[in-house]
Amino acid sequence: MSAIANEAPKRIHPHKFTLWVAMGSIIMMFAGLTSAYIVKKNQSSWLEFDLPVVFMYSTLVIIASSLTVHLAAKAFKAREMARYRTLITVTALLGVLFMALQILGFMDLEARNIALTGAKSNSAASFLLVITGLHMLHVLGGVIALLVMFIRAYVSSVKNYSSLSIELVGTYWHFVDILWIYLFIFYNWIG
Amino acid sequence: MSNEAVLHAPAGAGLHDAHGDHHHEHHHETFISKYVFSMDHKMIAKQFLITGMVWAVLGGLMSVLFRLQLGYPESTFPFLEDILGKWAEGGKITPEAYYALVTTHGTVLVFFVLTAGLSGTFANFLIPLQIGARDMASPFMNMLSYWFFFAASIVMLSSMFVEFGPFSGGWTAYPPLSALAAASPGSGTGMDLWLIAMALFVVSSLLGGLNYIATVLNMRTKGMSMTRMPLTIWALFFTAVLGVLSFPVLFSGFILLIFDRNFGTSFYLSDIFINGVGALPNEGGSAILYQHLFWFLGHPEVYIILLPAMGMVSEILSVNSRKPIFGYIAMVGSLFAIAILAFLVWAHHMFVTGLNPFLGSVFVLLTLLIAVPSAIKVFNWLTTLWRGNIRFTPGMLFSIGFVSLFISGGLTGIWLGNSALDIHLHDTYFVIAHFHIVMGVASMFGMFAGIYHWFPKMYGRYMNNTLAYLHFWITLGGAYMIFWPMHYQGLAGMPRRYYDYSVWESFKQFAELNRFISTVAMIVFAAQLLFLFNFFYSVFKGRKVTTQNPYNANTLEWTTPINPGHGNWVGEIPEVHRWAYDYGKDGKEFIPQTTPVGADESSH
Repeated sequence: MSAIANEAPKRIHPHKFTLWVAMGSIIMMFAGLTSAYIVKKNQSSWLEFDLPVVFMYSTLVIIASSLTVHLAAKAFKAREMARYRTLITVTALLGVLFMALQILGFMDLEARNIALTGAKSNSAASFLLVITGLHMLHVLGGVIALLVMFIRAYVSSVKNYSSLSIELVGTYWHFVDILWIYLFIFYNWIG
Repeated sequence: MSNEAVLHAPAGAGLHDAHGDHHHEHHHETFISKYVFSMDHKMIAKQFLITGMVWAVLGGLMSVLFRLQLGYPESTFPFLEDILGKWAEGGKITPEAYYALVTTHGTVLVFFVLTAGLSGTFANFLIPLQIGARDMASPFMNMLSYWFFFAASIVMLSSMFVEFGPFSGGWTAYPPLSALAAASPGSGTGMDLWLIAMALFVVSSLLGGLNYIATVLNMRTKGMSMTRMPLTIWALFFTAVLGVLSFPVLFSGFILLIFDRNFGTSFYLSDIFINGVGALPNEGGSAILYQHLFWFLGHPEVYIILLPAMGMVSEILSVNSRKPIFGYIAMVGSLFAIAILAFLVWAHHMFVTGLNPFLGSVFVLLTLLIAVPSAIKVFNWLTTLWRGNIRFTPGMLFSIGFVSLFISGGLTGIWLGNSALDIHLHDTYFVIAHFHIVMGVASMFGMFAGIYHWFPKMYGRYMNNTLAYLHFWITLGGAYMIFWPMHYQGLAGMPRRYYDYSVWESFKQFAELNRFISTVAMIVFAAQLLFLFNFFYSVFKGRKVTTQNPYNANTLEWTTPINPGHGNWVGEIPEVHRWAYDYGKDGKEFIPQTTPVGADESSH
């Protein structure tokens, strides 16, 4: 980054800053939902049930993907482009796997006769669907961002030395990872 | 990163050729890129303003229509059938149409006019100009913000033309009225469209808010420290923070509502029996939960509406009193205090929902605490005016009008903030009077003040002052004549949202007062057409601005060319050496922010 002479030192890039504020905004959304969950839990007719076991595996998957996206950023900065492309591909695939596992979790609940939606549903299960589903949408956003970068890495004829995009995606990816870990802890021990 | 680096970086969408010199390059602009999908913050501001004005006219017209019903419940108006068709058969508005009008009036005025129209316009227009930036942190996101708002507008507008009408359960959209299609005619398609429009609106607000925050914190010109920013920027900054933190919570509330509506979940629904349908299977839901989520946004929303007006009024009062703003740091501190308290008072909208009285008393205390920063602001505005060399420009008159309305409306807030008084006053016309004066009309006044004051910068022309004075006096007098009597009606227990008060023995005494209010409402609405004429006429035919700094103001927007291009400054962005309020200092009438501090200058 020191190649850009007119850049003021140590000032955070506006896009990075915007991302941080956006993450604050997303936190507020999930804070709203999880506090609604707590309020609801303390009212009548709340269904207690065990979380799908598969959520444990999805947690491991998303933690692994955080590691790969971190390594991808390192590879990019070291200009090891082949390694970089492999790593972002792996990250995106892990993201897709994560979402697939979450859907398996929902199917597991349905199989145990715990309705997520519809007339027989209890809001305990519906909350799980809505909160986890919204988180999945945020992961999907990250996967799409990775896809765009993946295409750029192959198609673009201009060599791009700015690590801004990978840093932005990396930060966001870690964020959705931590967000899921929070939700996982919340479902298991707090809520 | 400096402004140059952002605008000239490849990622910055290539707004300018990446030359090192700072001459304003004219890149090729088509009609589409200049007026429609513009990425120039000034054009986006004007788009927000015009769209907001369209909504203000529609929303205002709706209030005139339902005031016709309230003021003349026995009369019929055949022309209503021409406008509303089956919704006013025989010239009398049906109850369904009445509720639809009230609901849409509220939604549109609160969100589309006073949120998007107010902070969308002035945050976009003033932030880059007053902090010395060539554009927003992300001009593209800024454009998206407008177009999401535009899409929201189209969807909301279309909801008025569906078979069973728009949503009619009140602007707060409480379930079960909002959750069950069978609950009322507007709860079906009308509510679906309402939710889609509001979801698009939330996206628009978030995109805009993120941009405003990032711009204020990262893109200030050299020397523009936070404490040298004009108060407008501080206010718009806190507004954006409030929006970014509270709109997502509203969004979560909406998502749960969508699930209840479309996927049979029971977040908000429990033990409901619908005539003709029977008992619903939904069990264990809580309608109060929605109110918590809604008002967690809803209360900060009040300040999202009010703070931009406060900021602009502070600036305009100081410029036109030719005096520094009194207590700059206190002004910033009180904005900050209001922003914090905004998140801690939402349950005062819910005192009578069965809220634990002890919890209620905590919210009473926190609510009444808002009086402290509010009073600080009022005293500072008054002391800014005190012994000032006042120029009564239209912008200044509207600013003084804002202070007057803010005092009148704020005082009744102290009544309503008490949970004991609220038992009697909740859901009466007293509430209507309070929030219309303090939030609705006051913020409208802030908006008018901003438009009149910055019109020369927006269009390079002046508006007509005579028409503006007429507009001001009719609107100020009218606002008080409309809303003052409502306090008495509310104290007498007259509930809000009723269709016809003439059938209630206890409220028959207000028949004439209601007619008076309705008549004044029509006159005030007509006066707004005067403003619209003045605005659009002046855009094309107004007297041209010939000096760069017509108000002799200190802030940076007056150092740009009279009709600034995209990029705002020709050549380098000026450096800032002082705060924005050096008026009447050391015998000089005003010292622009760009003037270096002299060796013999007294410190402020």
